[in-house]
Amino acid sequence: MSELNLNTNNDSKEDVNYSIYISGVGGQGIIKTSVIIGEAAMLEGYDVVMSEIHGMSQRGGSVSTELKIGNFKSSIVEESKADLILAFEPIEVLRGLNKANKDTTLIFNTFPIVPSTITQTGETYPEIEDIAINLKDNFDSVYPLEANGLAKDAGSVLSLNMVLLGASIANDSFPLSKETVITAMKHNLAPKFHEMNLKAIENGYNAIKDSL
Amino acid sequence: MAYDQLVTSKKGDKLFLLGNEAAVRGAIEAGVSVAATYPGTPSSEIGNILSVVAKNAEMYFEFSANEKVAMEVAATAAASGIRSFTFMKHVGLNVAADSFMTTAYSGLKGGMIVLVADDPSLFSSQNEQDTRNYSRLSSIPILEPSSPQEIKDMMVYGFDLSETFGIPVILRTSTRVSHMRGIVECGEISKPKSTTKEITSDKHWLKGYFVKNPREFVPVPANALEMHERLVAKIEKIEEIANESPINEVYSFESGALQGKYGVISSGGAFNYAYDVISQESLGMDILKLALSYPTPKDLIYDFCKNLDGVFIVEEVDPVLERDVLAVLGEYNLDCPVYGKFDGTFPMIHEFNLDIVKESFNKVISDLKDDREFKEDYKSENAEDFEGNLIEILEKMEFTDGLNELLENIPTRAPTLCAGCSHRSAYFAAVKAYQELGYLSEDMIFASDIGCYTLGISPPYETADYLLSMGSSVGDGCGFSVATDQHVMSFIGDSTFFHSGLSPLVNAVHNKNKFVLTILDNRITAMTGGQPNPGIPVDGMGDEAPAIPIEDIVEAIGVKFLKIVNPHNIKKTVDIYKEALEYDGVAVVIARYPCTLIKGQKKKAPMVIKDNCVKCLECVKTLACPAISYLNDKVIIDEALCKSCAVCIQVCPNKAIGVKKGD
Repeated sequence: MSELNLNTNNDSKEDVNYSIYISGVGGQGIIKTSVIIGEAAMLEGYDVVMSEIHGMSQRGGSVSTELKIGNFKSSIVEESKADLILAFEPIEVLRGLNKANKDTTLIFNTFPIVPSTITQTGETYPEIEDIAINLKDNFDSVYPLEANGLAKDAGSVLSLNMVLLGASIANDSFPLSKETVITAMKHNLAPKFHEMNLKAIENGYNAIKDSL
Repeated sequence: MAYDQLVTSKKGDKLFLLGNEAAVRGAIEAGVSVAATYPGTPSSEIGNILSVVAKNAEMYFEFSANEKVAMEVAATAAASGIRSFTFMKHVGLNVAADSFMTTAYSGLKGGMIVLVADDPSLFSSQNEQDTRNYSRLSSIPILEPSSPQEIKDMMVYGFDLSETFGIPVILRTSTRVSHMRGIVECGEISKPKSTTKEITSDKHWLKGYFVKNPREFVPVPANALEMHERLVAKIEKIEEIANESPINEVYSFESGALQGKYGVISSGGAFNYAYDVISQESLGMDILKLALSYPTPKDLIYDFCKNLDGVFIVEEVDPVLERDVLAVLGEYNLDCPVYGKFDGTFPMIHEFNLDIVKESFNKVISDLKDDREFKEDYKSENAEDFEGNLIEILEKMEFTDGLNELLENIPTRAPTLCAGCSHRSAYFAAVKAYQELGYLSEDMIFASDIGCYTLGISPPYETADYLLSMGSSVGDGCGFSVATDQHVMSFIGDSTFFHSGLSPLVNAVHNKNKFVLTILDNRITAMTGGQPNPGIPVDGMGDEAPAIPIEDIVEAIGVKFLKIVNPHNIKKTVDIYKEALEYDGVAVVIARYPCTLIKGQKKKAPMVIKDNCVKCLECVKTLACPAISYLNDKVIIDEALCKSCAVCIQVCPNKAIGVKKGD
């Protein structure tokens, strides 16, 4: 009988320890974005683990992925330990704040997806401006982003996730290079959309760089 | 990553894989010839991928009608000398259990793995049962991987173990392991082979040969008595492997305050949290990671615990390892306190995370700082750690009042039926029908089933009052019809009907029950990601296959009231439901319209709100379609989400919704 040869990927570069919490609404391309970041980390020689949500929770509900780059075994980000929260929808950034601390970078898409149940539950959808102001009162690095507009400018609203990916790279603490992330993007998306997605990444990247 | 990389990648290649993708690679490396499943989260992606790569991987693959059939397909393939793989969610094993339990007795010739994906914290399930109990119940060995790499490696290891001892092996994952993505280094791919005779055919997979031996394969009482004896002997031998094999490994740390004094025994996904907490907090506790956790490696557990002052058991969900460890300590009369679930150190339910494990460790460790003896022992540099709590729990960030107010009022975003989903229309019509008949809501009983349509539980439909398992809506309809005089409406999906709905429908007709059964035929197994089922003219490998018409089955069973309707036609559906509710017997309505998630459907012109909208909000309140919302004092339809089902046009009392005219 063969003996087990467990490979624990302990050859990771030691110097990075970076946790990302990505949230949004089912169908926005959150998993694909996260896989691209994860593959880029692998290409740069880091160890990386990621957690995804599939199944029932996906049907129009809130979804999130968690990514930890560095020597971690568990893929869930601890309370207050996220370095970056990337939200595809304004109220989903709020839902992720238990993972945030003072130094966490918050990037969020300002385009709302209003839950259809809101009229029955009697809840109200907050003003986007209000979200931005209150986040800025509490955190030092808050970047609201008109990502839907930037995606349309790149060619289609479907490139929204690549706009947000570009935005994450622009943040100074992000440990991976833009070039590697683009390589990973090309590996994961159909060639006929590369040009549009490249533009989307640049749009997101420049929008954050301009506001730094 | 393209799925064919799972077939083409060479030894040493590194891929960033989902746990379920790693399971597929493991099956390919192990030379599996036959694979069968019924889809269920969190195991579904394995089947989705196999349906794409099976042919290139020289594998037969099917989406079986249910898990029991999948189990039988795998068991007979293994009995014929070839390697077989079946996989399911935890509750799927309940369906398969009748056959599964006896596979331990009858043995096999080729290796067989039963991958079972548990769902602690119930992301997509009706319970959080712990499959490790089944290994003890059935006397079948269990492997518990913690990461995608380990899933891949343990698939290969498990097939060898299975084939060596002629017994199936359970590979237990959990949501956080199946849906964890990590770097996987590929190994060598073995060609499929047969341990009996290799039969080449015109098929793309290798066939084996079944060598008859009733004493081995037919568990009539006289044979089964001997089979059980052989099973016990096998388990004793495998226990030696569990004691000695490096698969059960001790993870040690260079230094730490608790080194040598306290230890941890853990397995599966829970191990990851234990490892990260111990390494981040420099606790220095050794971890005995049990990957082959049943048969219980008693000697190994004894050796690990014998010099410790206490041992933590870190496991999700039930205290299975803890019970084993307590038994070993009792047997050896060893005085080593066990901190687990029984004493309340760790929670008895739900999945763990780093915060829970830290808190649980702290319950025991924080007492140590006042323990004089412990301090004496640790006068060295470690003692400094005991000035405060050993593990620092980060204080939650204090937010401003403004942000706290926002946080308290985040609108909920629960899973909902998609825009254009025909289940919504069926529920809308069912509710309207009973209301128009003057029935009271409390006199209606809605028996629900497992699938997207369980989401009918939410307002405004509230069409899920009782639910047990796959197919239960039909049996529950029988029961409620016998036990009450209320009006019973059962709802089941097409795939679920094929899975477990047929036998209870036979029961209903034979026992003269009275209820309305709706078969929501959306032409796909939707909830788990769009797999084919026997009602679709495609099989698990994408080849043409005979579709079984649901109406033919229903008729053959003897149902006298049978209607087929497109539920998007609201008036017609309401009329049918009214007739069905008044019918004295089993009334079956097949509500047929394809799932909006099926690819390749033409996008038609969306609906728009017209100027004559009086904002009565009838559409928003009674239909609750995600594409329609009321924002800034206006009813709006999100064109991107709208699937042009035109149901809202029929619902609007003021004819204020129309089809958008071409731009």
